Amino acid sequence: MYPADLKYTKDHEWLKVAADGTAVVGITHYAQDALGDVVFVDMPEIGETYNHGDEFGTVESVKTVSELYMPTGCEVLETNGDLEAHPEFVNEDPYGKGWMIKIKLVGDLAGDLMDAAAYQKLVSAEAH
Amino acid sequence: MSATAELKKTPLNAAHRGLNAKMVDFGGWDMPVQYPAGILAEHEAVRTKAGLFDVSHMGEFRVKGPDTLRFLDWLTPNAVMSLVDGQIHYTGFLTEQGTFVDDLLIYRESDTECLLVVNAGNIDKDFAWVTAKAKGFNVTVTNESDATGQIALQGPLAEGILQPLTATDLKAIKYYYFTHGEVSGIKCLISRTGYTGEDGFELYCAAGDTEKLWNLVMAAGQGKGLSPAGLGCRNTLRMECKMALYGHEITDEIHALEAGLGWIVKLAKGDFLGKAALESAKAAGLTRKLVGFKTFEKRDIARDGMAVLKDGAIVGFVTSAAPSPTVGANIGLAYVPTALSNVGNRIQIDIRGRAAEAEIIPTPFYKRS
Repeated sequence: MYPADLKYTKDHEWLKVAADGTAVVGITHYAQDALGDVVFVDMPEIGETYNHGDEFGTVESVKTVSELYMPTGCEVLETNGDLEAHPEFVNEDPYGKGWMIKIKLVGDLAGDLMDAAAYQKLVSAEAH
Repeated sequence: MSATAELKKTPLNAAHRGLNAKMVDFGGWDMPVQYPAGILAEHEAVRTKAGLFDVSHMGEFRVKGPDTLRFLDWLTPNAVMSLVDGQIHYTGFLTEQGTFVDDLLIYRESDTECLLVVNAGNIDKDFAWVTAKAKGFNVTVTNESDATGQIALQGPLAEGILQPLTATDLKAIKYYYFTHGEVSGIKCLISRTGYTGEDGFELYCAAGDTEKLWNLVMAAGQGKGLSPAGLGCRNTLRMECKMALYGHEITDEIHALEAGLGWIVKLAKGDFLGKAALESAKAAGLTRKLVGFKTFEKRDIARDGMAVLKDGAIVGFVTSAAPSPTVGANIGLAYVPTALSNVGNRIQIDIRGRAAEAEIIPTPFYKRS
């Protein structure tokens, strides 16, 4: 449920960093499960720059809404346009078709990102 | 969560966990908000096939004695004297101001006995209210909530699923009537009522029989599209039908007429709690009304408690709102000044600091055909 090649935030986003200084961002299995059926993802503008921890959008489910926070300083390169017609991809495939944004890293990668084991420990603690 | 230990549990708690329900704290009760199928699928099942809800957390009070009808007719605004044996009506406990202590159903067993079904979160408050008001009347009031289980089978296939389990002729039970019978040998009060806008039944039984009853009904619905249904879809289903939820559309600060519940307020009958205040409110004209609205943009999803704006000023508040699975739009209920309450009027909803355009539309948002 928490792939080893991803990095994770305490706010339940994941980040997949590529060698070329870009990364893909989405929300974790734990986050999609807590939200329930996702019906809309409010995306940032392409070209917009963000600091680590900035709110960059919201994800709405039938019963609630949750803010999305930037895992690290970046510029937004691309957003997942498929989620407009298929927000359920976030539930069905949070690390694949449910990806949200592609970013270009700006500055150092945030120091508080977790590996899969540390994140797993965090969600186990939250669930109990 | 450590608080889980103190949450109240219905007799179906283990059954929900066995079905991998997602459990939440609902007014102090450990209740299923959804099962693995999810709110949208459960909502759809109730609208098109059938869903089974655990509503054992609801409270049941029994009023007995020679003054039963006279007492309830004074305690509540609806026409208790018009009920016949085996009939049910929706009503409220109102304060002297005509505002809500709670809403409830009254079941008339006989002219000396009625069953009152109240909201789970209000059981203690309501029982104190009813017993205090009963002074001077020749009645006894008993809180049977802990001894009573309740499940709600809702949806167009409800009758077809339940009939094979009972000798009671379900067709003979009209909407808002009930009878006593057996379902697979379990003694039940069988009531043609619900909180979803669909046809269906609410089955009351002894607490100890609830899990067996649940399993029997679930098994009977196997292969017919019956889905266990949680509180998440219960909320979207009732909202589409503009059915009030205590703490949202009705509270101790909102009176029955502005809530659009004038139909439960029988001003022509004898005296009842809240009557004078409601007569004055009616004579003076309502200052605000409960309306239904929709927003236009997909991203504009209103939520409970958001402010209603007109020309930048706060003029009201949202009581319930969500993306509606059946209507396919982002809808909500809100209190707005009477002058702004006409269908077609434009208002704005303050969605996290953004004034989102909305239009007042007819309610209920959904009505079964």
